[in-house]
Amino acid sequence: MADPASDSLKRTPLHALHVALGAKLVPFAGYDMPVQFPMGILNEHLHTRRAAGLFDVSHMGQIRLTAKPGKNAAAAVERLVPGDIAGLQPGQMRYTQLTNAAGGILDDLMVTSTGDHLLLVVNAACKDADLAHIRQHLSDDVEIEPMFARGLLALQGPDAADVLGRQAPQVRAMTFMTGSFVMIDGVECYVTRSGYTGCDGYEISTPAEAAERIARLLLADDRVKPIGLGARDSLRLEAGLCLYGHDIDTATTPVEAGLVWSIGKERRAKGGFPGDEIIIRQIASGAPRRRVGLRPEGRTIAREGTEIIDAAGAVVGKVTSGGFGPSLNGPLAMGYVDRAQAASGTKLALRVRGKPVTAEIVPMPFVKHTYWRG
Amino acid sequence: MTTVKYTEEHEWIRIENGVGTVGITDYAQEQLGDVVFVEVPEVGRTIAKGEAVAVVESVKAASDIYTPVSGEVVAANSALADAPGDVNLEPTGKGWFFMVRLADPSELDGLMDQAKYDAFVKSLA
Repeated sequence: MADPASDSLKRTPLHALHVALGAKLVPFAGYDMPVQFPMGILNEHLHTRRAAGLFDVSHMGQIRLTAKPGKNAAAAVERLVPGDIAGLQPGQMRYTQLTNAAGGILDDLMVTSTGDHLLLVVNAACKDADLAHIRQHLSDDVEIEPMFARGLLALQGPDAADVLGRQAPQVRAMTFMTGSFVMIDGVECYVTRSGYTGCDGYEISTPAEAAERIARLLLADDRVKPIGLGARDSLRLEAGLCLYGHDIDTATTPVEAGLVWSIGKERRAKGGFPGDEIIIRQIASGAPRRRVGLRPEGRTIAREGTEIIDAAGAVVGKVTSGGFGPSLNGPLAMGYVDRAQAASGTKLALRVRGKPVTAEIVPMPFVKHTYWRG
Repeated sequence: MTTVKYTEEHEWIRIENGVGTVGITDYAQEQLGDVVFVEVPEVGRTIAKGEAVAVVESVKAASDIYTPVSGEVVAANSALADAPGDVNLEPTGKGWFFMVRLADPSELDGLMDQAKYDAFVKSLA
């Protein structure tokens, strides 16, 4: 029976395919999205790490920026983000954040230079606000083209390169965080070697009308299984990657979040982005709190919102993402703790259902990244 | 004689000789998804009908398990610590949670029998 609430939900170009594949659909960021397929979250996660998983991430926002005559698109974008965008060579991709005046994070995003354009991929829940923000600040410099109807497929896992390589041999030679126009089944797509699982893999931007055909083509390879948002979350958590709205938001700075690596060297010296003063000061003298990885002892799971307490019972932080890591075969969490407690090896406790569970601060990622760097 | 009853929270209880074995139904495990951790009550503990006495963690969420009857816990399924997936594979068999010696058998009267529970699940679809 149709759920009346689902009528108002948006659908990606792969919605009919999800239904045909037996997905369990849930509302996510205004879209009717597959949380899992009949295989189940645990096996979908393990399958992705072992072979290849296909994810529908078409709900994310793809935005194309093109410099207006006499203007520079990269320089314009740098007014909104702390990442080194001006230094992107054609075909290079970078992770960065849209910041606010307080140094908080409005969204995190990928920026790829095609040479002629900059392609942005932003979070689904933020895309309308991001678009308005970009229009407000960059309209004099760039043509802003939302491409929200396009398909975006993520093919992730150790077999991804061979699976996609059979359709488009040139993708085999691409290295992590690069992008290229690629013909797949006669359709021009934009492919980046990137993802959100910690595995090697690709994200494939397709015309809306070709998304299902390309998805079916990839799924026709026995090594590829459809994967839902449930496993996407456990995969990214094991990879130590932030989920916007949970691990990062307007109240966290990139420094607190441990994202200083994504801030360009020159940008740290010169600033010129929203919140630059506070972010540069925090890089120099440290942030009051830090995002850390936590491994609870035993098998009790500490979920988002769980209090982190020290030996004296004082609350020193909060879990922002927590769950079960299928590849770790145990619980894991990330959260923010006071700077004094943030060193790896520190033993803290998580208050789960009123009882303290010992947890140790560990370096992230929890599961080694297997990106292909050539 | 064996009696099986059900709660609206999707627990089942199978009564034999005054002792009830408690677990979650197939519908419940299907809704929860892959179970990765189960916390069962300690043997010897006295529990009251409706009390949250066990926890089942799936990849998606934690859920409390409420005892359908009052009494004393006489056994707990410690095998679930190493094989929480049994709750998915055999929710009414190897995936049982605990056994309780009934303090008041009349508490069973308020629970659903198989036919009523089946109709209840159907009404949720």
